[in-house]
Amino acid sequence: MKAYRSMVLISSDPISMQQGAQQVFDLLQSKIRSFGLEEEVSLSMVGDVGRHDVAPIVIVYPEAVIYGPVKPDSVHQLVEEHLYKGRIIPEMVASVRELSGRIAWLQARKGTLPAEKRIVLERAGIIDPTSIEDYILHDGYTALAKTLEMKPAEVIELITKSGLRGRGGAGFPTGTKWGFVARAPGTPKYVICNADESEPGTFKDRVIIEGDPHSIIEAMAIAAYAIGASEGYVYVRGEYALAQERLRLAIQQAEEMGFLGDRIFGTDFSFHIHIHSGAGAYICGEETALIESIEGKRGEPRSRPPYPTTHGLWGKPTLVNNVETLANIPAIMRHGADWYRSIGTPSSPGTKCYTILGNVNVTGIIEVPMGITLREVIAIYGKGMKNGSGFKMAQTGGSSGSVIPASLQDTPMDFDSFSKAGVSLGSGALLICDEDTCSVDLAKVLLNFFRKESCGKCNPCRIGTQRAYEILTNISEGTGTQQDIADLMTLSENMNLLSNCGLGQTAGTPLHDILSHFRAEVDAHINLKVCPSGICPMSGRRI
Amino acid sequence: MNKVKSIEDLKRIREEALKKRDAKTLSGQKQIIVGMGTVGIAAGARDTLKAILNFIENEKLSDIVVRQTGNIGWDSHEPIVQVIIGEVEKVTYGKVTPEIAVKILKEHVVGGKIVKEYVIEA
Ligand SMILES: Cc1cc2nc3c(=O)[nH]c(=O)nc-3n(C[C@H](O)[C@H](O)[C@H](O)COP(=O)(O)O)c2cc1C
Ligand code: SF4
Repeated sequence: MKAYRSMVLISSDPISMQQGAQQVFDLLQSKIRSFGLEEEVSLSMVGDVGRHDVAPIVIVYPEAVIYGPVKPDSVHQLVEEHLYKGRIIPEMVASVRELSGRIAWLQARKGTLPAEKRIVLERAGIIDPTSIEDYILHDGYTALAKTLEMKPAEVIELITKSGLRGRGGAGFPTGTKWGFVARAPGTPKYVICNADESEPGTFKDRVIIEGDPHSIIEAMAIAAYAIGASEGYVYVRGEYALAQERLRLAIQQAEEMGFLGDRIFGTDFSFHIHIHSGAGAYICGEETALIESIEGKRGEPRSRPPYPTTHGLWGKPTLVNNVETLANIPAIMRHGADWYRSIGTPSSPGTKCYTILGNVNVTGIIEVPMGITLREVIAIYGKGMKNGSGFKMAQTGGSSGSVIPASLQDTPMDFDSFSKAGVSLGSGALLICDEDTCSVDLAKVLLNFFRKESCGKCNPCRIGTQRAYEILTNISEGTGTQQDIADLMTLSENMNLLSNCGLGQTAGTPLHDILSHFRAEVDAHINLKVCPSGICPMSGRRI
Repeated sequence: MNKVKSIEDLKRIREEALKKRDAKTLSGQKQIIVGMGTVGIAAGARDTLKAILNFIENEKLSDIVVRQTGNIGWDSHEPIVQVIIGEVEKVTYGKVTPEIAVKILKEHVVGGKIVKEYVIEA
C-alpha cells in the first residue's frame, strides 16, 4: 500500500447510505482528483463508525477531525479547505455532545495515520529473496557493520531505548531480555529464532522469512554479538518447506560473503547458524519445549524458573526471540531508537503485523503502527464485513487469545491498552466473526484444538481441556445444564492457575470471554435448547 | 566470492550493485517480477512463471529480466505479476493465470500498453 499524507474515511452503515454517503463518496473522489490530490489522499468507506445522528460522517486523518453530517454540497469546500489548503472547517465539525459516544476513541488517534507502515515487511515482496546482492542493495548488512563498531552493551542499550517488545506473544521488552542473557554466567551462549509459528491462522513469520530471509540472519548476528553468543538456531515450523529452503540458501550466501562464520567483517566476532525443523506440534512454539526439541527430546515445556535466559539450550544462557521481533532489529540499528519510538504508541513503539482472517471481504497480512483499532482494521484493510453482515466478535492473538465483543473494537491495539482491557495481543492473528458465528461453536472448536495439542505433562491442562471440550459438546447438543457453566468457569480458572505452561494457562481465556460476553447466547443453548445462529447440532445427545 | 572484511568492502559491493541496477533502468530494460511466496505458489505462480519463461523463449524476446519475490501482502490477488519498463512506475497485476500472463506479455511488455482489466491498486 502507498504512503498517504492524509486518509479520509466515510461512514457507510445503512443510515449513512440513506443520508447520501455514496454520493458524498463519489463527489469526494472526483473533487480529490480535480485538485490533483489522488496520490496524496486515500479514500475509503468504513461501515459503521458508531454514530448515526450525524450521518454520514467523514473522518480526516491524521488530524482525526470528524465532520458530520456531511451534505453533498459541502464536499467541495471540504476538499478545497481541508485537504488542499490544510485548514480545518470548524462549522462542519460534528458537535462534541454528539461525539461523546462511541467515536470518542478517535481523539486518541490524533496525529497518527491508520495507514500501513512497513518495517519488518519493508523488503518482502520487493527484493529477490534468493539474491544476497539484492538485500545488500536495500541496505542489507549495514546494520551489522554498524553494530560491530559499537560495544555489546551499547547495542543492548539502544534496543532497550527503542522500546521494542517481543512479537511472539508475551510482549516482553526485548532489550531487557538481551541484557539478562548477556549478564548470565556461563558459556557458550545461544541465540534462537522462534519460527515455529504454529498458531492457526498466523503466517506473518513465514512471509518475513520467505520474502526477506537475510534480515533474520542479520538480526541474529546482531543479537549474538550483543549477548556474546557464537551459535544460533532457527527453529522453523516443519510445514514451512519454502521458508527453510530460502533460509538455507541465505545462510550459505551469508557464509560465502563473510557475514556469518569466523571473523565477521574482519573482527574477532564469529557466529554460525543452524536450521532445526519442527515436526508439527503446537507446543514446540513454547520456548522451553522448543529447546527440549532442539536437544532431541520430546517437546514438553520445562518447569520455570529457571528461565532460558540463564538455563536454556544445553543448560546454557539462551536468547529466544520471535521472527517478527528480530526483523525489527536491523532497522532499529540503522535508524536509531528515537526513530523507532516515533512510530506506534508510547507504551508499544513500532509496528505490528496482523493476519486478518474470517468473515471480512479481504483477508491477508498487514503491517501497521501499534495502536490502530480493530474497527479501522476491519474497515480499511478488511474492506468491511462479508455480505454486509454485522460484526459480532473477534479473536485476537491466536487460538488462546481473547474473544472480544463489538463494544471493544475501538480499543487501540497495543500491549498496554489491550492488557488494561483484559485482552491479549498475542501473535497478531485477528479472527473476525460475523453474526452468523455461534460463540459456543467457536469455543468448542478452540477447546478441541487445545485438547489435541496439550502435551499431557500436567493434569490441569491435559484433563481440563478434555473436560471443557466435553461440556461444550453437550451444550452444543442441547443437553447442557446451568451447572455446566459453573463447571466451565471453574475449569477455566483452575487451568489458568495450575498449568505448567502458557498453553494450559491460556486455554481457558477464550472460554472465559465467551461465557462473560455472550452469556445470553450460551443460556439459549441450555435453557431453550436452541442455537440462535443455527450452527450447533442440538441432537439431544449427551456424552 | 571474496569475503567482506570491512564496511568499505560492503559499500563497494553495494555501489556496484546500484550501478548495475541503474544501467538496467536507464537502458529501458524490462523486468517481470513474479510473487513466489507460499500463497502465490499455491495459487499457481509456478505455472504462471513457466508460461512467462516459455513465451519469452518461444518468441525469442531479449532484454527481459524475470525475477521472483516473496509475498507482497495481497493474498486474495495471487498469483501476482509486476511489470517494470525502464523508469516508469511498476504495474501490478493480480490473479494472473498462464493465459493472462501471455496476454500481459504480448500487450504490455511487447506492445507497451497496460492491460487495465487485470491491474490491481493499493
Ligand atoms: C503454547 C505456546 C505456543 C507458542 N508458540 C509460539 C510460536 O509459534 N512462535 C513464537 O515466536 N512464540 C511462541 N510462543 C512464545 C514463546 O514461548 C516465547 O515467548 C517467544 O518466542 C519469545 O520471543 P519474543 O520475546 O521475541 O516474543 C508460544 C508460547 C506458548 C505458551
Ligand atoms: S500446560 Fe498443557 S501443554 Fe503446558 S506443560 Fe502442561 S500439559 Fe503440557
